[in-house]
Amino acid sequence: MNSINALIVDDSSVMRKIVERLLRQAGLDLAQVYEAGNGVEALSVLKESKVDLILCDINMPVMNGLEFIKQLPEVENGKGVPVVMITTEGSESHVVEALSCGAKGYIRKPFTPEQVKENVLTLLAGKV
Amino acid sequence: MKSANEMLASRPNHQSWVPLMELAMKEVFELMLGAELKPATSEADDSFDITAMVGLAGQLRGVLTLRCNRETAARMASKMLGASPSADSADVKDAFGEVGNMIAGNFKNKISGMGDSCMLSVPTVITGTDYSVHSLADSDGLEVRQLFEGSPFLVMLEIHS
Repeated sequence: MNSINALIVDDSSVMRKIVERLLRQAGLDLAQVYEAGNGVEALSVLKESKVDLILCDINMPVMNGLEFIKQLPEVENGKGVPVVMITTEGSESHVVEALSCGAKGYIRKPFTPEQVKENVLTLLAGKV
Repeated sequence: MKSANEMLASRPNHQSWVPLMELAMKEVFELMLGAELKPATSEADDSFDITAMVGLAGQLRGVLTLRCNRETAARMASKMLGASPSADSADVKDAFGEVGNMIAGNFKNKISGMGDSCMLSVPTVITGTDYSVHSLADSDGLEVRQLFEGSPFLVMLEIHS
């Protein structure tokens, strides 16, 4: 697998660190990991940088994860980038809403390393 | 027809939810911290000097509060991060808030029909002991005490009608 750039969007810096560690444990060769604390910051990152994968929380201040993925196609570097939601919001309606907004994967907190690995590797299979 | 919250609030107590809260806590600690919890029987501990609060809105309204002392919170953060932050670091407060957030989310997702209709606030973390909380809760809440690596911590859920 080629090296990839990832964007991790979560208002918890600890959770961002955990997700990055799990991506590395999953065997991903991460060339660059960008972090953002909310959707606005994430859109700002994407104005300057290209990424191959986005992992995104839902409940965040300023701009939540669902609003962020709705706006993602409007940013050149956001078009076609696969997004995995990682969130405490575990109801079916939240999953359906996230998928209808363009998310390609959904992981409920608390999660196992295997769940992160399976979601991400399945999503990236054949793409990088 | 009563809303779910009115029905919940009209119950004499919420002790039937205690096993769900215990399960929610157990899953968070096992999956995210790799730690096994044990039941604690001690009363409130004056040494508890860090508090995480997560608001619940919608069909279930209230506040979930997680409390322990900062050394215990630092060990929780250490388990999550695989590093050892100091007890006063921002990472400890961040991790502690996230533990409260995950317990609240996991708990409400275990109550039938509540996952869709209950939203969580972002967590707030308070350090120190010299503060008072004036709650609008008007029904019996629930308390669960557990031991994390031998150290007590407390989860309280106050419910508003």
